[in-house]
Amino acid sequence: MLLIPCPWCGPRPEGEFVNLGEAVPPRPADPAALADDVWVETLIMRANVRGPHVERWWHQRSCGRIFAIERDTLTHAIRPLDPEARP
Amino acid sequence: MTATRLPAGGLIDRSRPIAFRFDGLALTGFAGDTLAAALLANDVAVVGRSFKLHRPRGVFGAGIDDPNTTVTRLAPRPATNLRATTTPIEAGAEYRSVGTWPNARHDLGAVAGAFGRLLPAGFYYKTFMAPNWHLFEPFIRAAAGLGRVPEAAWQPVSESRFGDCDLLVVGAGPAGLAAALAGARAGLRTILADDGERPGGRLLDEGPAARAWIDATVAELDGLHTLRRMPRSTVWGHHEQGFVSLLERAPPDAPDLDFRHWKLRAGAIVVAAGAFERSIAFADNDRPGVMLASAAGHYLDRYGVRPGADVLAFATNDSGYGPAFALAAAGAAVRIADARDTVDPALARAAAAAGIDLRPGTVVERALGRSRVAGAVLTGPGGRTERVACDLIAVAGGWNPAFHLASHSRRVRSVWNEALATFTAGDCPPDLVVVGAARGSFATEDCVREGWQAAAAIAAGLGRTGGPVAPPEGPEAPVTRAVAPLFLVPPAKPGAKLFVDLANDVTTADLGLALREGYRSIELVKRYTTAGMGIDQGKTGNVSVIAVVGALTGAAPGDVGTTTFRPPYAPVEFGAIAGARAEARLYPWRQTPLADWHLAAGGVIYEAGLRWQRPGYYPRAGEDYRTAAAREARAVREAVGVYDGTPLGRFRLKGPDVPALLDLVYVNDFASLAPGRGRYGIMLTDDGLILDDGVTFRLDETHWLLHSSTGAADRVHLHLEQILQVHRPDWRVSLIPVTSQWANATLCGPRARDVLAALNPDFDIAPAALPFMATVEGHVGGLPVRVCRVSWTGELSFELNTPARHAVELWQRIMAAGAPFGITPVGSEANHILRVEAGYISTGHEVDGTADVIDLGLGGMVSRRKADFIGKRSMELRRRLDPERFELVGLLPADPNRLVPEGAPLTPGGAATDQEGFVSACVASVALGRVVGLGLLKRGRARLGETVHARVRDEIVPLTVVPPVFHDADRTRVKS
Amino acid sequence: MQRYSIYSLVRNALTHHEGWQRAWRSPPLKRRYQVVIVGAGGHGLSTAYHLAKEHGLTDVAVLEKGWLGGGNTARNTHTIRSNYIRDVSIRFHDVSVKLYEQMSRELNFNILFSQRSMIDLIQSFGKLRDLRRRSLAMALHGPQYQLISVDELQRRIPAMGSLDQVRLPPLAGMVHPEAAMARHDAVAWSYARAADARGVEIHQHTEVTGFVRGPDGAVTGVETNRGTVSADIVALATAGSTSDVARRAGLSLPLVTRNLQAFVSEPVKPLIDVIVNCPDVGLYLMQSDKGEIVIGGGTDPYPSYRQGSHFATFEDTVASLVELFPRFKALKMLRQWGGAIEFAYDASPIISKTDLPGLLVSTGWYGGFKSIPVGGLTFAHLIATGTPHPLAEAFGLDRFTGLKFLLEAGTVAQR
Repeated sequence: MLLIPCPWCGPRPEGEFVNLGEAVPPRPADPAALADDVWVETLIMRANVRGPHVERWWHQRSCGRIFAIERDTLTHAIRPLDPEARP
Repeated sequence: MTATRLPAGGLIDRSRPIAFRFDGLALTGFAGDTLAAALLANDVAVVGRSFKLHRPRGVFGAGIDDPNTTVTRLAPRPATNLRATTTPIEAGAEYRSVGTWPNARHDLGAVAGAFGRLLPAGFYYKTFMAPNWHLFEPFIRAAAGLGRVPEAAWQPVSESRFGDCDLLVVGAGPAGLAAALAGARAGLRTILADDGERPGGRLLDEGPAARAWIDATVAELDGLHTLRRMPRSTVWGHHEQGFVSLLERAPPDAPDLDFRHWKLRAGAIVVAAGAFERSIAFADNDRPGVMLASAAGHYLDRYGVRPGADVLAFATNDSGYGPAFALAAAGAAVRIADARDTVDPALARAAAAAGIDLRPGTVVERALGRSRVAGAVLTGPGGRTERVACDLIAVAGGWNPAFHLASHSRRVRSVWNEALATFTAGDCPPDLVVVGAARGSFATEDCVREGWQAAAAIAAGLGRTGGPVAPPEGPEAPVTRAVAPLFLVPPAKPGAKLFVDLANDVTTADLGLALREGYRSIELVKRYTTAGMGIDQGKTGNVSVIAVVGALTGAAPGDVGTTTFRPPYAPVEFGAIAGARAEARLYPWRQTPLADWHLAAGGVIYEAGLRWQRPGYYPRAGEDYRTAAAREARAVREAVGVYDGTPLGRFRLKGPDVPALLDLVYVNDFASLAPGRGRYGIMLTDDGLILDDGVTFRLDETHWLLHSSTGAADRVHLHLEQILQVHRPDWRVSLIPVTSQWANATLCGPRARDVLAALNPDFDIAPAALPFMATVEGHVGGLPVRVCRVSWTGELSFELNTPARHAVELWQRIMAAGAPFGITPVGSEANHILRVEAGYISTGHEVDGTADVIDLGLGGMVSRRKADFIGKRSMELRRRLDPERFELVGLLPADPNRLVPEGAPLTPGGAATDQEGFVSACVASVALGRVVGLGLLKRGRARLGETVHARVRDEIVPLTVVPPVFHDADRTRVKS
Repeated sequence: MQRYSIYSLVRNALTHHEGWQRAWRSPPLKRRYQVVIVGAGGHGLSTAYHLAKEHGLTDVAVLEKGWLGGGNTARNTHTIRSNYIRDVSIRFHDVSVKLYEQMSRELNFNILFSQRSMIDLIQSFGKLRDLRRRSLAMALHGPQYQLISVDELQRRIPAMGSLDQVRLPPLAGMVHPEAAMARHDAVAWSYARAADARGVEIHQHTEVTGFVRGPDGAVTGVETNRGTVSADIVALATAGSTSDVARRAGLSLPLVTRNLQAFVSEPVKPLIDVIVNCPDVGLYLMQSDKGEIVIGGGTDPYPSYRQGSHFATFEDTVASLVELFPRFKALKMLRQWGGAIEFAYDASPIISKTDLPGLLVSTGWYGGFKSIPVGGLTFAHLIATGTPHPLAEAFGLDRFTGLKFLLEAGTVAQR
């Protein structure tokens, strides 16, 4: 059971959170402007990193904030990221 | 009689004899005995039979690592696969050896031994193929397995608990005691867990001075408020970030509990779990009477049981001498075969003084005897062989450190240690330290120092340095050091059985066969031979297997590799892990405030999504669900019904950017919605598939109420939060889920307005004032309500939302006010009929994860004004590249009474071939008096009037394709 | 290939089993092969075998960074079934079951294939609807999936306790008689031995560290810890590591890797004859021939390569287990572990060419043990002929360019 460092609440057990997966870039402002293959790639491709993985978590059962951390998908070692940055 | 209870000694209570039965024998032991100790005290040599060959087996070890002594307890608390070495005897208990018939002494299964030659490693891979495996499998299955799970099996009572500490010390031997003392003195909240009953570990077997030291240390520990000492507590798994699983047996503060399972977060962990002694592979090294030297010493010291009168100790290191001296002092004749050519002169002198026949440079080539050891063949210097008589072979093959827990976390590696001829823990991070024998330090003074230093360093790292800084003086005790790396004594005769894994009957020949056949990687060897996969999970055998494979392949053991230590450290009962989470706590329901009312009214309640319970129907006497649902649906069509709409997901949105948010998430336009009005919307995911549908009201300029379907509430919540926090953090929107804040009673049917009027509303309910898709806030008979004009039934409907605390009051008033109009409570089954008749789509039926909005005939909703909404790009792309879609249609079975199972595939002509659609819903319509259905059909909208075919297994059901609405097609009733 | 039989076993017993030949060779690694398969798990070895058997292609090397069959083949819970909802999935897995039925005899290696049937416990109406739809779709193509009553359910699973107190009382069961289990290691070994006998080379402890690219960008070989090996075709069968391996060729894939855990009890005498699956509570179990109860649950709730046990998921699974089987409360867990499962975006398999000429991929195997025979058969077809096997046309990466997902989930939610 992981301890997730919520930038707003401190370390909390993972049961309070929902993992949102890889921190893919924000949705393009104008999807219509993208070529088909570019759009499909942004939609479905994942780096799926084996190692340090920047991902989003939603602190659903507490403060409700979404934030990004770096978690090693092999060891679960966690590194907090700048909480002021856009998640 | 060769094993015997001595007249004095041991940590047992001789004033309390305990009678029990084993394999039908009536036996007596003393309070404090384990079953293994009591069996030895009664000179029961054969305790079980081996897993594959059914060879007789006796007590071999003294703890969780014993591979031989698995028993079933028939009474009390029937349970199987108990280890006799860890099971305390109980008065009146009845135990039985496992897998034997009629008993362990005389076992018919031993006939397997006669065919032993035909059963090499992996024999089953090479035969039993023709005609097929099923012919042979039942016999193999019946022969395999250990105990039989009793019919009325014991169901232990357990609770789960969370805990945390600064320092967790695993193991209360000398290293662990010292670590706990250092940590607790320095003010660290320290837990000292040990799987045994008494603290002290191996020191307990090393004489009175050692015991005095233990007592003094424990006395000090027990006086420290920072320390929690947990006996009978096994740390069985170490996960990550200091999170460990700890099983506490018979917690002292809760006599009603069998187990307490701890989920423990430790700031730092000191692993001081000791080491397991290992055996040596020699011919017939599995005979009853072959025992680990430490176990022999343990039974003598701890239980006053001398396991043999004529002892042959077989040592590769000094640790075999302690038990040998103790056995000699207890009156046994003792001979030591020491594999080393030279023995420490002091030890040799001590041996001579004790009258022990010491044979340096000598190994045991073979054990003699069948159902118990009767002698041994020794090979001495120059290859000289000699037969000697003995009734106990005490094997001291070296020690395998128990650093499993450090390894579980994968932060500490295994490294081969030449001097100790075993694997030890590699470098440790500061918060996970392995000390003492678990690290390969066997001298007591080293253990004490390492334990102390590890905990002191952890305390110092946290800025805590209270208490004395010097380690306590350790007790005097024999010292064990280097080991002669002897794992295998080559047999004189071919075909001899030299066991490397007693639990699974794996011999050196099996290892050789695996290697010969090309299974050369250690993992392949182990999987092919099953070595290390038995009930001891390789605790006694793993290192030997690796070393023997190394010897056979000419590789250094460190290069052969090691295997992963996997949790659990020791087997752990499923009931302990589950704790009290069974039954009601396993799967908590969400209930509406009206649940009691529904039950009292005879409602049948089941899940409606996301664990919400809702009435499915309210059967009257003689009704089944179909007739009940039909009656309820008819009431809605003809008069008025009321249903509990509380579980529907609700979100309150506020802020200037709500219109932008809604326009992004819904396919249709929302910005234009006027205050006081609502609109049905469909939201997609960005891959163009439907996420959910529902009605959103604009309550005032900036304040909105969004509804989701019951089962999708969490998904919708997450979807909106992701947009607001990740994709459009600049938008000013406040989003609050308010589902359970409100209760909802929905009036539906032509008389719905009459009922509402009878409830005495303080607002105008005339169609002009409160039209379809309008909302108003007010009171009915003084109760606050928000009324929404939404319909999912195809009838005039009013949703009455009230704060949850008023739910029962409102509902009762509705029932009273509605009585003159024939109001009927309506469940989800009737709702299903009504919505199918009206042609409304439903998540889980038509919305099956593949259809898009246009497929469902709702293309008209899709905004032409908006340049973008979530899902637009993908939906357009998909439709452009593959225009052949499955589209929503109505379906009328040719036989008007034929209900087609929902989900039935539609295929061309009803052939057994690929699907061209499926029946998504099919009900007996009360409005039409016949069966109607909905379905998704390839190019369905172009096929109205066509006859299509559902295939229900071997039956072909013709259906006519019609538009997907059967009632109130122009929605005049809904809008009335 | 040395023939295995009861006679050869008896013959070899007389010489203390000294005469058994190697199951596969350890030939020197050549500099060039027609086909290099990366990954000697079940899928890689099955592909190699079918290349040799069906297409006569034997200039094939299977490169494995660890030991053969040591990835998910060694870690799965060895269940074989074909209860799917989409036509292509049903047909594909039905062929796999049929190939499994023949495998022991075809490969002369007993994989302990045991067709014990699987019973799904249905504990919600949503699941009932979902499985009924599956059952009717399956009936179009052959595999059986039959609804049974709760009484029949209890008759077939006598170890189950009283259902009165169960939080989600079973409503019915669904029986899939073709479902089976087999010894997972033996599947890898039998294919390895048979492929080797046909001339395929298997190279263990040979890790692919990079790719050799031609002037046109095509993949023309691999770099390994034992040197460069060139090949006309490089085929990835690297479950668990496919994203990583493909990245070395500059290729992105729509994959997410998750941990799927399993655990076993101590061995006990026969107690459960069938495979029991409880999709509503996330639990499945069966008893191995050795007597261990093999138990699995859901995947971890986040991407992971950790191959361990996620505690909360584990605890939920155990709680569900002892609720349905209270007799198991005193039974002990012996061992637990996890495997790294790759999910494609639509959770269906990928057997496909890639944007890089010369590089092919077989991935997205969730529960891929059941697909080993047909996965190898169809991947070999693609490798040898350059065109998808008719059974696997839907599994190409090209389905994603049109967002034409192959969604197996059936229903997404309940009414």
